[in-house]
Amino acid sequence: MKLDAKIPEGPIAEKWTKHKFDVKLVNPANKRKYDIIVVGTGLAGASAAASLAELGYNVKAFCFQDSPRRAHSIAAQGGINAAKNYQNDGDSVFRLFYDTVKGGDYRSREGNVYRLAEVSVNIIDQCVAQGVPFAREYGGKLDNRSFGGAQVSRTFYAKGQTGQQLLLGAYSALSRQVANGKVKLYPRTEMLDVVMHEGQARGIVTRNLITGEIESHAGHAVLLCTGGYGNVFYLSTNAMGSNVTAAWRAHKKGALMANPCYTQIHPTCIPVSGDHQSKLTLMSESLRNDGRVWVPKTKEMAEKVQKGEVKAADIPEEERDYYLERRYPSFGNLVPRDVASRNAKYVCDEGRGVGPTGLAVYLDFADAIKRDGESTIEAKYGNLFDIYAKITGENPYKVPMKIYPAVHYTMGGLWVDYNLSTNIPGLYALGEANFSDHGANRLGASALMQGLADGYFVIPYTIGDFLAKQPYDHFNEDHESFKKTEEEVKGRIEKLLSIKGSKPVDYFHKKLGKVMWDYCGMSRDAEGLKKAKGMVQEIKEEFWKDVKVIGSNEELNMTLEKAGRVADFIELGELMIDDALNRNESCGGHFREEYQTEEGEAKRDDENFSYVAAWEYQGEGKDEVLHKEDLKFENVKLTQRSYK
Amino acid sequence: MNLKLKIWRQENANSKGGFEEFQMKDVSVDSSFLEMLDQLNYQLEEEGKDPIHFDHDCREGICGMCSLYINGEPHGPTQTTTCQLHMRSFKDGDTIVIEPWRATAFPVVKDLVVDRTSFDNIIQAGGYISVNTGGTTSDANEILIPKEVANEAMDAATCIGCGACVAACKNASAMLFVSAKVSHLGLLPQGKVEAKKRAENMVAQMDAEGFGACTNTGACSAQCPKEISLTNIARLNREYLSAKFTSDNN
Amino acid sequence: MSWLTDTLTSTLGRKVIMSLTGLFLILFLVVHLAGNLQLITDPTGEAFNVYAHTMANNPLIQVVSIGNFFFILLHIITSIMLTMKNKKARGVNYSVGGKSSTWASRNMGALGTVILIFLVVHLKGFWFKSKSGQLEMIEYGGVEYGDLYGVVNAAYSNIWYTLFYVVCMGLMAFHLSHGFQSAFQTLGLNHKKYTPIIKGVGKVFSIVIPIAFAIIPIWMFAQNA
Repeated sequence: MKLDAKIPEGPIAEKWTKHKFDVKLVNPANKRKYDIIVVGTGLAGASAAASLAELGYNVKAFCFQDSPRRAHSIAAQGGINAAKNYQNDGDSVFRLFYDTVKGGDYRSREGNVYRLAEVSVNIIDQCVAQGVPFAREYGGKLDNRSFGGAQVSRTFYAKGQTGQQLLLGAYSALSRQVANGKVKLYPRTEMLDVVMHEGQARGIVTRNLITGEIESHAGHAVLLCTGGYGNVFYLSTNAMGSNVTAAWRAHKKGALMANPCYTQIHPTCIPVSGDHQSKLTLMSESLRNDGRVWVPKTKEMAEKVQKGEVKAADIPEEERDYYLERRYPSFGNLVPRDVASRNAKYVCDEGRGVGPTGLAVYLDFADAIKRDGESTIEAKYGNLFDIYAKITGENPYKVPMKIYPAVHYTMGGLWVDYNLSTNIPGLYALGEANFSDHGANRLGASALMQGLADGYFVIPYTIGDFLAKQPYDHFNEDHESFKKTEEEVKGRIEKLLSIKGSKPVDYFHKKLGKVMWDYCGMSRDAEGLKKAKGMVQEIKEEFWKDVKVIGSNEELNMTLEKAGRVADFIELGELMIDDALNRNESCGGHFREEYQTEEGEAKRDDENFSYVAAWEYQGEGKDEVLHKEDLKFENVKLTQRSYK
Repeated sequence: MNLKLKIWRQENANSKGGFEEFQMKDVSVDSSFLEMLDQLNYQLEEEGKDPIHFDHDCREGICGMCSLYINGEPHGPTQTTTCQLHMRSFKDGDTIVIEPWRATAFPVVKDLVVDRTSFDNIIQAGGYISVNTGGTTSDANEILIPKEVANEAMDAATCIGCGACVAACKNASAMLFVSAKVSHLGLLPQGKVEAKKRAENMVAQMDAEGFGACTNTGACSAQCPKEISLTNIARLNREYLSAKFTSDNN
Repeated sequence: MSWLTDTLTSTLGRKVIMSLTGLFLILFLVVHLAGNLQLITDPTGEAFNVYAHTMANNPLIQVVSIGNFFFILLHIITSIMLTMKNKKARGVNYSVGGKSSTWASRNMGALGTVILIFLVVHLKGFWFKSKSGQLEMIEYGGVEYGDLYGVVNAAYSNIWYTLFYVVCMGLMAFHLSHGFQSAFQTLGLNHKKYTPIIKGVGKVFSIVIPIAFAIIPIWMFAQNA
């Protein structure tokens, strides 16, 4: 299979403009003849569904939540980047493009990223027009902050709830189209398979989560906007329902999965407190603007802290190791996420971690409070401090916060070309579900930007090019291909229900998560990965022999839902391991112990690994086949990232 | 800690339902309320019994999916969402009564899960600004908005649509939810354009969904995990009345 | 007129009716109290009897009093309709009740019902008697007046009647404590600067007015004892 990214020719700044002109258009009167299926209603899905409906297409939008407004985009806190240069501090489309490619450790496509930076400005205009209440300055203009180590202030924000406000904006646009009759909503409905015929995606099969009914929906195109797969690690900052099922089903029908091993570990999460824990909570990265990260200098001291014999405040200044400031004098506490996360792991591995488990580092605001006063810190971070206090029962104004890295975002996903089309005609992937824009590491405040860019400003153009070539009639749900897929889906559900084993679904999920975290998490090595592969295969075998799924299909059955998702996570886990094993280099969120500089930094191998690894499913129990899409860098010079 | 739980069980929307009691042992004080229920469900599944169904998703207090009426209060004893409620808010030996949201407009789906589609219907009636996605929308800074106004709109927009206001209100009124949306959009210059129509249509839809009338008890705001203020309800009253008596809509 | 009926039958419209009629009745309380205070200021009863006579024969007052009855009725009917809708909106009751609001605000209907019972007793005892010519006549300066004072005085020499009156005023205080500020909130009159003032005035009003009303029977009972 030859992978063609379909990047338009010409200078980078003109590619998108030229492409928009080159794509075929669908006559306004004919748009109503096309049906589009959108799965997922987060930023990418809701914005795509709304925009396509506004253009005149008929849209069906699906989500497993009870309302489209609850998709997990809502939980993004920090902000959204845009190259507006409102602060006159030297930002530009090119700089945002450059920062994103560099931040992604040179493993993303220049063409896609440039387009992302280009439309970022439109996103802000659009959101303001929609009524997103971004933070303002006293003069009435939009406020910006610097975020995630960026050297310019280009992040727009709405308190610590930017994702929520952007999603509510997209949700309101979607609601408007529902009222107009152009979008039909299917909440509490989960997509369980893609329907294929003659190599093209023709629709989807879903399960009504209330009644258990298996239904088919046909359309000219299917858009998967189903988010990331961080929950493969069991504990992550993702929502409990976030899953890979839609993308994985598509993958098993032939869609390539690209760079699945690229996982972002967020450095500032609340540490795990015990076995009961079901998810991890992120504390916005903005905290690192004022908080200082440290651990005790010696293992002996750290042990005393872990046992509760010594309190943080009692450790004298000379006994503390502000390791980020020490190792990275110029960026200090603001180094990118992957660097901050890995260093936290190192100091904890050295036995210098704090907290009862020893798996935490301090994020200390004492100096900031001394410098700016408690009220200033409260104004900046008040709601984050409140969240922290609620969860941990500790007052961060008095004692330093404890943080530890957690899985947060997955850069990998379905392979898509410049048009956001997967290798299957008619099947598209948007937002976190695709792989395209963040390379091996995503910069802070860029996920919201990408989700909305894909939905509002890319897909409305690129999908026209495909639809214009499609006949108006599409297969209807009576077609044999739908019946066949329905039977497959039903068979799978029956199988899950019939095993009647001895262990609850969560048992397997937890077990899988631990293997993935230990061997395919923040740092990996060949030996561990090989071992992990065997372990995941064992989990898979045990799952299909011994899982216990209570209840029946014909009711609201959350255990059954979870079982289907965990089954897919197990298979994905194996592919992630294969991908991590294949990539004999370190880059961004993928850190292989064997490949590091003398200073312990990620060491890329541009000569051999400057490609997108796209995997093709081969069937049950068979190794997947790797396809490579070479990455060409014409506008950005490849350098070793250095934050010293 | 050990606890006694009295939980509402109901097979589906049409069945009768009733309370079932459970004894919980060795619950960690650090676990969240939902993690405590996870623990119970894990036990139930091990015993081959149907786990308790409840809605939840983000577990960070922002998606608005979790509900639960705990010991007479929506989201339990602290002013937060159930997912952010931690067991340290309870004492060893406590009895905890868990009920679903109760409102005709929120019918029970199963156990503690209710259907809140009525909220979506209200938003569809006018909870938006009628602008299409536009590549050449005017620049975001073209219309200046005073910081105070933006902040007030943000405070209203922070509503997560969980329905605690309806659950807390003795009349099952949705006024706090509706007023938060009307305020958020109505305060911003972009939303003022269709403010009248919005207030009229959203109130009409709210009534049609079968929510009760506001009697200004203030329970909604007192229980709102996002502390949405009652001034929003006054604003909605004002906007609705002025719309009804001055707009051209017949 | 469809928009008007739509407006007035919406939940918000009904609340506005409750609010406006409530505010009118609050005003009525003030006027009524001013008249009643003459029961104390002039123990001979002359001032009160003359006042009652004037009120009963002034055409403007007649119109207002019809309006007053109408508003009371409208206040009651609307509240019944709202209560029915609200009960239906809840559907199934909770097994554990909520307490995150004031007792008065949750029990406006019950308080209102007691006040209604009081009104019936009150009207039957005083208003109906004077209207149906059951009053004894008394002469001041050659003009004949109905001796309403006598009826009132007799009533308030009864400990049970006096107690009933005082208790009802207490309950009215609770009804007012929520009703006063609630009326403004319903009309949308909410402002950072003025709402605290309205709430303050409402609190004072809901205490002072019922106390002033209650002092009259207590004082008269004490005089007769």
